[in-house]
Amino acid sequence: MATGTVPGPGKARGVFSAGRAQIAEKTLRTDNWRASPIFMAVILGIFVVYSGVRLFMNDNYYAAQEHYLTPMYSPCISEACVEGSSDFGTWLPDLGTGVPIAILAFPILTLFRATCYYYRKAGWRSFLLSPQACGVPEPWKKYTGESRFPLVLANWHRYFWMGACLLLLINTFDAFKAFEGVGDGIGMGVGTVIMWVNLIALWMYSMSCHACRHILGGQLKHFSKHPVRYRIWKFISKINPKHGDWALISLFTVIATDAYIMAVSAEWISDFRFFN
Amino acid sequence: MSYEAHFRVWRGDIDGGALHDFTVEVNEGEVVLDIIHRIQATQAPDLAVRWNCKAGKCGSCSAEINGWPRLMCMTRMSIFSPEEIITITPLRTFPVIRDLVTDVSFNFKKAQAVPSFTPPKELQPGEYRMQQVDVERSQEFRKCIECFLCQTVCHVIRDHEENKPSFAGPRFLMRIAELDMHPLDVADRKDLAQDEHGLGYCNITKCCTEVCPEHIKITDNALIPMKERVMTRKYDPLIWLGRKIARRS
Amino acid sequence: MTTTERHSYDVLVIGAGGAGLRAAIEARQQGLKTAIITKSLFGKAHTVMAEGGAAAAMGNVNSNDSWKVHFCDTMRGGKFLNNPRMAELHAKESPDRVWELETYGALFDRTPEGKINQRNFGGHEYPRLAHVGDRTGLELIRTLQQKIVSMQQEDLAEFGDAEARIKVFAECSIIELLKDGGAISGAFGYWRETGEYVLFDAPAVVLATGGIGKSYKITSNSWEYTGDGHALALRAGATLINMEFIQFHPTGMVWPPSVKGILVTESVRGDGGVLRNSEGKRFMFNYIPEVFKTQYATTEEEGDRWYTDPENNKRPPELLPRDEVARAINSEVKAGRGSPHGGVFLDVSTRMTPEQIIKRLPSMHHQFKELADVDITAEPMEVGPTCHYIMGGIEVDADTQQSRVTGLYAAGEVSGGMHGSNRLGGNSLSDLLVFGRRAGLHAAEYVRRLGTKRPAVSDTDVEAVRTWATAPLNATGKDTENPYDLHAELQQCMNELVGIIRKETEVSSALAQLDVLAERYTKVAVSGGRAFNPGWHLAMDLRNMLLVSRCVATAALERTESRGGHTREEHPAMDPTWRKINLVLAAAEGGKVDLDRKPVPTIRPDLLALFDKAELKKYLTTEELATAGEEASQ
Repeated sequence: MATGTVPGPGKARGVFSAGRAQIAEKTLRTDNWRASPIFMAVILGIFVVYSGVRLFMNDNYYAAQEHYLTPMYSPCISEACVEGSSDFGTWLPDLGTGVPIAILAFPILTLFRATCYYYRKAGWRSFLLSPQACGVPEPWKKYTGESRFPLVLANWHRYFWMGACLLLLINTFDAFKAFEGVGDGIGMGVGTVIMWVNLIALWMYSMSCHACRHILGGQLKHFSKHPVRYRIWKFISKINPKHGDWALISLFTVIATDAYIMAVSAEWISDFRFFN
Repeated sequence: MSYEAHFRVWRGDIDGGALHDFTVEVNEGEVVLDIIHRIQATQAPDLAVRWNCKAGKCGSCSAEINGWPRLMCMTRMSIFSPEEIITITPLRTFPVIRDLVTDVSFNFKKAQAVPSFTPPKELQPGEYRMQQVDVERSQEFRKCIECFLCQTVCHVIRDHEENKPSFAGPRFLMRIAELDMHPLDVADRKDLAQDEHGLGYCNITKCCTEVCPEHIKITDNALIPMKERVMTRKYDPLIWLGRKIARRS
Repeated sequence: MTTTERHSYDVLVIGAGGAGLRAAIEARQQGLKTAIITKSLFGKAHTVMAEGGAAAAMGNVNSNDSWKVHFCDTMRGGKFLNNPRMAELHAKESPDRVWELETYGALFDRTPEGKINQRNFGGHEYPRLAHVGDRTGLELIRTLQQKIVSMQQEDLAEFGDAEARIKVFAECSIIELLKDGGAISGAFGYWRETGEYVLFDAPAVVLATGGIGKSYKITSNSWEYTGDGHALALRAGATLINMEFIQFHPTGMVWPPSVKGILVTESVRGDGGVLRNSEGKRFMFNYIPEVFKTQYATTEEEGDRWYTDPENNKRPPELLPRDEVARAINSEVKAGRGSPHGGVFLDVSTRMTPEQIIKRLPSMHHQFKELADVDITAEPMEVGPTCHYIMGGIEVDADTQQSRVTGLYAAGEVSGGMHGSNRLGGNSLSDLLVFGRRAGLHAAEYVRRLGTKRPAVSDTDVEAVRTWATAPLNATGKDTENPYDLHAELQQCMNELVGIIRKETEVSSALAQLDVLAERYTKVAVSGGRAFNPGWHLAMDLRNMLLVSRCVATAALERTESRGGHTREEHPAMDPTWRKINLVLAAAEGGKVDLDRKPVPTIRPDLLALFDKAELKKYLTTEELATAGEEASQ
């Protein structure tokens, strides 16, 4: 009836360490614990591939007629930017076709997401397997987490958040610009709606951020002395538990927005206009 | 309403052990601890198990049920299908004493290493004034029943015995956050949190939050805010630069 | 003779609940070397189950409150059988004890001015309970635990040894106290983990072992509540008083079966929960006893108004003292108006919003959701009486908490006298703080007075206990008894025959059954070894449960009246002549107990003057009233 065995000396670490209950199985979980980290790895993989391709495409990022600028290239500040896409000046020289135009926005956004507490969790679980799932042993001999260089730099998340918020203000400008009509006057197309949905998702993602919660209120010792910041903190605390959901939702809305604008810009499809 | 359930319970001690099969009666409304008690009363009178209140308030009956750290008294049998084999083992992060009982003294040692509440010296008993909004954050952490499930599940020490000296575990990093947010505490434990208690080892994979029977948002409300506070203290480049300049002039 | 692990301490505290920890803190603060011995892990004590709060007349919510009002409420709740000096000390000192906790780091809920918030509770005239949601006991234990840790940090800095002056012996059980002549000399026990014996030399022992609930089948108490302190004291020559008074908490869970007995806090009623029977009627209005007629609302409308305007309305009868509510529920169920699982309905869902319920009663919400799959924000709970607290306990001096044995002190639930025949909710947490401190203080003073001439442990006594304790492990043969079976039968017997309502015939038959169980107990045998063997642990505790159950039944048979936690079916009324009598129990030969009638300490005239004449008439005899009148007019 007994099924336990004593593990060999080579495996004697982690849950097999000397002194702990000697159980042969690495984990006794009976649920499908592999599903979640794999699912996450696939999603993140899709995004990395898509954004990598798009980054070096240097094309089809602005639908000039409809005034749609993809968030992946905004703000477009290179001299190489197509006409009409550079509302904030062109203060970077044209660096040639091999260098992405989005050389400013892209790193900020990548670092913001890469250092985000939610993506860090996802990354540790899906790519570094530390741990893949709760109660499932990780494969590494040593682990120091985020206590050393370079991972200790994840602590700079708040600065990337600030950068991302600046970009988000520009995205907001872009979204308003998407109400400009084809030709002149005001107008609105499917692209406008997509851009606004994306904008809301991005704002929710950025505002539910843990660093944001800390800066705007969490760092205070006495909420009672700062009623306004307390109310802001309360609001952020309400959306913060859904930070992970917004992280994924906004990932898809960015892809969707970019893909749509690319398609319109490349004239693979034409934008349906509600009014113009 | 009764049925016969299949249990596999780890029995043994530091020298070795094995999963033993038991077939036990289960009645409506029962929890896993009831079944363990039934095994004790009818089949294995010396089956060692630690328990106290049987109401999820003392945090004694921690074990791993189908590989998931749980309180046995708060795990209803109705979450399992009658055919399912239910495996119960002791916590796999701490040394085993006997059967389902483990040596959790690691946690008491870590508790002793967190500098205690430090009120302002001149404040007399009865003079403490605190606003409800200021105590609520720490109150959430004080719901902790010290079942040590978060300590057990945390891979930093579960998978790395060698990290035990340098990592206090979620329970005690949360204790540091609790004191840091206490409206009348004047001590500073931020450097300590990072340098002595290993806050940097935490990679916010949230297993502690997932297993917490009190549903305390350990990661979001204690560990991450503490990381942010430590960031300001130790890693903020602007503050670091500011200090440098201030020292020069 | 085998060598036994041996430790020497100044003060030995047995029990690591609120009273024990507070006593230990005090003894250590007096500079003495203190040990805390607990059957469980540090911080797991049954005190964590206390939900409502700690009663202390701080007057933070209603400034009319004072120690005098608190004293009167306590006496009234205990039906004037309380030791009046203890009730006085308790009322006077509890605010200081609560404030002190804040200096240890406790975080109570706050008033808008930032003071400790206080809530209403059954039997308390004003909002008086300092609380943290409904997990006040946990806050108290954690706070005291952390205070001890902070003292250990001080000692580490000073002596290089954290345990130099205060050490916790966790998962260690005491089997017997040791004496030298008439004075305490130490204690003998075993480590639960290894089963190895351990001997303590100590001139002072503070018993803080809590109650006896595990002798009952339906109880809110944990396994630790086996009456160890009561039994240790008896066997050491101390006396117990008021053992017939057991509080059955009116609202325990009744379903599912595995959690039957687990407490539903009184705060549910304090915050607006109402009791209804199967006909949907708020039956408590039919059960307001004569002595409380003037203090409680007689209509639902007035009772409802009280929640928002307590100044101008009387409180609803759901907030009557616990004994009254428990009896009322018992009667409703017996009359066939109970809920499906044999309780009554307790409903907050119709009176508070879900948000309010989750904020104010978080652990109740959690408990019902997880254990019974009932959402209390949407549906009523099913509740019924459960064995909760024993008012009786070790007879102690009111000021010093010393028992009749030199060097033996008791505090908290294990001591008797403070609560009379019935304890008010909230008075136990304050009791254990006030008298825990006093016990620690006076134990320390005694040890200091003693100097170097300490009572010695006798090797023969130690050997006798060791032989007795080892016997069940070596017992063999067919004619042996299983401790689990004996325990189950004891619980059944006490629950059915010495429960809420007692009859002479039933209590007598319980005593006869206890004789049989005691006889069978001599043949108890356990399988397995010494290391963490719960069968053996139970066998050790069972002796205490049998002895204490005998005390309860003996006293319950003797008292032919109904008062507080003791209801005799044939004698349903309170009898003023019985009010003057304490039933005192002492150990006799062969595991039997002797019972003696002793007068209840008289109430000082200045304290008596705090009460209304008309009210005193309900409790005191005419002669007492006459004397009281004379003294007042002098």
